[in-house]
Amino acid sequence: MRTETPYTPEDFQFVRENQAPDDRSYARSPLQNLKQSFRANPMAKAALFLLLLLLLSALLAPLSPYDPYELDPQNKLALPSAQHPFGTDDMGRDYLTRALYGGRVSLVVGLFSVCISTTVGTLYGTVSGYIGGRVDIYMMRLIDIVVSVPGFLLIVVINTFFTPSILTLVLVIGMFTWQGVARITRAETLSLKKRDFVLAARALGVGHLRIIVRHIVPNLVNQILVAASVSVANAIMLESSLSFLGYGISVPMASWGGMLQNAQTYILDRPLMAVFPGIFILLTILSLNILSDMLRDALNPKLNQ
Amino acid sequence: MGKFIFHRVLQTIPVIILVAFFSFAIIELAPGDVLMHYIQPNMTNEEIELLREELGLNDGLFEKFFGWAKSVLSGNLGYSQINHRSVAVQIAERIPATVGLMGASLLLSIVVSVPLGLLCGTHKNRPIDQIVSTLSYVGISVPSFWLGMVLIIVFSQMLDLLPSMGMRTLGVDSVWDVIQHGILPTIVLSTGNTAVFTRYIRASTIAQLEEEYVDTARAKGASPRRIVYGHVMKNCLLPIITLIGLNLSNLVTGSFIVESVFSWPGMGTLGMSAINARDYPVIMGFTMMSCLMLILGNLIADILYGVCDPRIKQGVGSDAD
Repeated sequence: MRTETPYTPEDFQFVRENQAPDDRSYARSPLQNLKQSFRANPMAKAALFLLLLLLLSALLAPLSPYDPYELDPQNKLALPSAQHPFGTDDMGRDYLTRALYGGRVSLVVGLFSVCISTTVGTLYGTVSGYIGGRVDIYMMRLIDIVVSVPGFLLIVVINTFFTPSILTLVLVIGMFTWQGVARITRAETLSLKKRDFVLAARALGVGHLRIIVRHIVPNLVNQILVAASVSVANAIMLESSLSFLGYGISVPMASWGGMLQNAQTYILDRPLMAVFPGIFILLTILSLNILSDMLRDALNPKLNQ
Repeated sequence: MGKFIFHRVLQTIPVIILVAFFSFAIIELAPGDVLMHYIQPNMTNEEIELLREELGLNDGLFEKFFGWAKSVLSGNLGYSQINHRSVAVQIAERIPATVGLMGASLLLSIVVSVPLGLLCGTHKNRPIDQIVSTLSYVGISVPSFWLGMVLIIVFSQMLDLLPSMGMRTLGVDSVWDVIQHGILPTIVLSTGNTAVFTRYIRASTIAQLEEEYVDTARAKGASPRRIVYGHVMKNCLLPIITLIGLNLSNLVTGSFIVESVFSWPGMGTLGMSAINARDYPVIMGFTMMSCLMLILGNLIADILYGVCDPRIKQGVGSDAD
């Protein structure tokens, strides 16, 4: 057992000002709150149902009797029928099957790129907020600079140097969309690091990195969750815009944006080809936006006193 | 005020340097040797080496960057590898179409969203509010390229009301013709911003109506109409300037996508065809001009905000050391 106090003021350099009052108060636990607002919100129920349906159908896409790549020129540009509910495309491939496989690309890119951007953003934001002072000012200034450059453009230009694949799409989108999460987590860390529990952990000799990972990040889960849910919608929009312009996943793989790009050629003869993939994108993003709004309202401690 | 503008302009300098460096890196990292475009079949190796030296290809990275920056500052962005025309001239030709499209759509967004947002805010949770709020959800979620295609199908093909592509009918040279071509692209480009602005104005109207000055005005006998249009609206309009600044990036990106859907002859189509052809000098010029456009837009938005809101000026005045 230690008897003397081995602490120096430097040990507390990042956490010493303990003046901020705790402005959080929960009338109910966040989870209960979420349940309640979900029950009261029919839109959110519909959105969740839709999203699960889209996920499930993308997962079960291989059960379709058609192969998404098999050409069938005799059946090309067929109108919707009992055999082909969405018709076929210009190479005779079943359009519904292609749309379901396209959903896999969008959802995988959306989810995984958000994993990257959330991790990078949280790390950047918490470190910046925790260290504070000059370092924080410079780190935030860097974000201001990055934000004032059109990210989409950079992604397009960078993509010209790669052969686009799911992996490069995930990496590039993830690496260019972390600034929002970083700003949010940084602002919260600034107030969190002055709380007693951080001070106590520091007094017990817990390292700075461990404090960030074990004590600060768990307290940010709500905010990170909300930010991530918005990001998924944005990432999916980004992926389909890239595919639409021809910088996304390459043919013959199916993606919603790529199918729409192809549909542009046949817009005069087969306008329906332009309708189906777009509805898939719209419904996915709409449900994600509705759910993230509900999540934000339910998890915001200041709104539910 | 002058001090505030000066500070704000100073802040853009590191951003511009970073953008310039990135654009320069595109050229540097581009596969292929620039020299390939200059070598003639009957040149000797010595002549090629001399050319390499003359073109500055043996210089260090920083020397190259400064040489390049100097020529950019004098307005020379290089020449296209495809059609050998000056990049600066090509971009200058395309800017009016893009800026016109962005300006028109921004104007449309504001003209539509301000009354809608005020209407929703003053009729919170009534049917009209619910309808508009649902529509604004859809407006935020709809991919612009798809909306463009649907509008082309409906208005150009089925109803045959509006042209579906380009900016002018061949052989026709009238403003009315350009406006007709611009209607659909403008609507598509404005949709996302209109939805975002409407939601924002609705929320800030609701917040403003709970302020004490509204009670005061009411106590003095001001009519609800006067309260909304005379007091609340003024306070709701100011943050829109910031909101426009924040959404400029979407506007720039959006205009490129919309241009590609409608074959609008702006910077976006120029950049996209350059990217497809791997025409690196044009890609570089396009990237740099788009970034500059965004930086300039943000700068104007910030300065306007400072001009309109006296608190900003004071805040900066006391910060300056």
